Amino acid sequence: MKLTGAQALMRVLKDEGVDTIFGFPGGAVIDIYDELVKTKIKHVLVRHEQGAVHAADGYARAKGKVGVCLVTSGPGATNTVTGIASAYMDSIPLVVFSGQVPTHLIGNDAFQEVDIVGITMPCTKHNYLVKKPEDLPRIVKEAFYLAQSGRPGPVLIDIPKDVSNTAFEYTPPKAVKLKSYNPTYKPNMKQLKKVMQLVKEAQRPVIFAGGGVILSKASKELTQFARKMQIPVTTSLMGLGAFPGSDPLWLGMIGMHGTYRANMSTGACDLLLAVGVRFDDRVTGKTDAFAAQAKIVHIDIDPTSIRKNIPVSIPIVGDCKTSLESLNRLIIDAKLKKPTRARAPWIKQIQEWRDTRPLAYEQTDTIKPQYVVEKLYELTKGKAIITTEVGQNQMWAAQYYHFDQPNHFITSGGLGCMGFGLPAAIGAQMAQPKSLVVDIAGDGSIQMNIQEMATAMQYGLPVKVVILNNRYLGMVRQWQELFYDKRYACTNMECAPDFVKLAEAYGAVGLRATKPDEVEKVLKKGLNSKRMVVMDFVVAPEECVYPMVPAGAPITEMLLV
Amino acid sequence: MSKEKHVLTMLVDNQPGVLSRVANLFTGRGYNIESLCVAPTIDPAISRITLVTRADLPALEQIEKQLRKLVNVIKLRDLTGKEAVKRELALICVRAKPEMRAEILRIVDIFRCKVVDVGLEHYIIEVSGNEDKLTALIQLLKPMGIKKIARTGVVALFREPN
Repeated sequence: MKLTGAQALMRVLKDEGVDTIFGFPGGAVIDIYDELVKTKIKHVLVRHEQGAVHAADGYARAKGKVGVCLVTSGPGATNTVTGIASAYMDSIPLVVFSGQVPTHLIGNDAFQEVDIVGITMPCTKHNYLVKKPEDLPRIVKEAFYLAQSGRPGPVLIDIPKDVSNTAFEYTPPKAVKLKSYNPTYKPNMKQLKKVMQLVKEAQRPVIFAGGGVILSKASKELTQFARKMQIPVTTSLMGLGAFPGSDPLWLGMIGMHGTYRANMSTGACDLLLAVGVRFDDRVTGKTDAFAAQAKIVHIDIDPTSIRKNIPVSIPIVGDCKTSLESLNRLIIDAKLKKPTRARAPWIKQIQEWRDTRPLAYEQTDTIKPQYVVEKLYELTKGKAIITTEVGQNQMWAAQYYHFDQPNHFITSGGLGCMGFGLPAAIGAQMAQPKSLVVDIAGDGSIQMNIQEMATAMQYGLPVKVVILNNRYLGMVRQWQELFYDKRYACTNMECAPDFVKLAEAYGAVGLRATKPDEVEKVLKKGLNSKRMVVMDFVVAPEECVYPMVPAGAPITEMLLV
Repeated sequence: MSKEKHVLTMLVDNQPGVLSRVANLFTGRGYNIESLCVAPTIDPAISRITLVTRADLPALEQIEKQLRKLVNVIKLRDLTGKEAVKRELALICVRAKPEMRAEILRIVDIFRCKVVDVGLEHYIIEVSGNEDKLTALIQLLKPMGIKKIARTGVVALFREPN
């Protein structure tokens, strides 16, 4: 049958099960929008294209599905670059459609023309420029396949205007088979058997899990394995929620702002089982001092992550879920018993680290940001979906909110993109309409995509925003305090809007707490509201995130409160 | 660890932008490309890229893995030190004053290469062979004065075992 490019696109999107698109129209995509409104796909009109990408990102993480965006050419496309780079660093499956000028104008410096394929080449898993409508169905199907297979990532498709509005003979695209792309899912069984041998012999084992476990949907298998073999578990920032935070084997987050016991255990362990991680510099600190006493096993689906930063004893390329399932089966086949007695001294040492150096802060007569997060955790019973901005707010959220399930902690880890939290919360709320979604923000970060408040209001999304307001660019100020003799160069954000009035200007509820005894009241009122709420907590201005591993130091050498 | 020269050969989809992706990978991650040669193979949908890079072994392992990760790269092999035929072609424009012309022609004869252009003051010499041959010829011609040179960079094929 004869279809235009835009009509064909709608067909393939339907076949791929797309139910939500985050976007912003423009001339180059007006034909696509014309067809979009004829379908059952929900479109969320944002207020800045960066918001569209972060929202699709939040949606993808909360739902475990590919997030989809639609933007126009030129500035619409360039506005997506930050969001795409963040999704690329965190391996989030996204498909971003950008409009492009008609094919005969490409390369002509046309109105709203930009080489977005060239610009996003280094920060997408792959990207395409569709030159003729006949190619569109195959490319879209391929893009969805690439976005969610192997190590997931964002894929961009640039669609010239004449491709969307020209008719062609449509045939449904065939199943994707790429001879140049064949990720390895099944791990090498011989290597896995070697791993089990090491596990049996280890006196002080530690599991280090990351975002890969969550992307692979393997947290059940991970939890089973850790409990069966009584191995304490730590995760990276991206892995929070992969293992229950309330489990006695939980060590807390590892790394620059990780817990004392997580970092010390890693330094003292004799076996480190790394699953779905990439050994980022925030985690390792000084690489040649990282897990210096341990044999390291590294299971990851991406071969480039293995042996990139840290030498390993047993590298295994494979999918986390498949690998952990196989390990669990090996335990059953060998009839291994829970080594509770053998593990007791190691567990005791870890308890000691936990008891002597717990996460702590001093309560004074100003509101402490850590207290706000603790109260939030308590009042939501740890069940909310939490998105964060970046910096101190992000670190306190990671430290003081304990996650028992995956897909509940949504943060820009690899890129560390301020302004991520609010649009990501919008995406998460669209993905999980019945859940409570809270964005933990700083006063600096929240202003970067504050315009998305209008998006939330337009679609009746009752997102809650908790602003830890210290009138500073907090994390940079902390570094300036600790390493630059308190020379606060350009980090004092003395001028800020009245967030309560700003919330009300958007039609949302605005609340403020200025004293510690107001915190619980404000949180209760805000969380129980059926509307969007912004809660402005005026917190102590010079609070620091502890523990902290100074840049370049081993993670066992932390600055403590 | 010392940086050594490595010859990589790869088969890639013959599509616009593929060369750009490979080159971008190198610049983006701070690896170097000493030379690069690309052309379609017998299958018009597939091109071969022959690339020379200088790196130590850990960096080389990363380079190879990152290249294989590219969706358009079908196959990759490191031909350094392997049984492979490696050749390069160069066009050398050498200054040819009357008193040097005979000497230059003698060198051309010894190296079994060709003169493909003649002028009052110059010859353009076409030479192909392995890297050592080209280096030796260039060394001999340098004292005469090499005006311009265009090299293709290495192309190579693995010697299949019987």
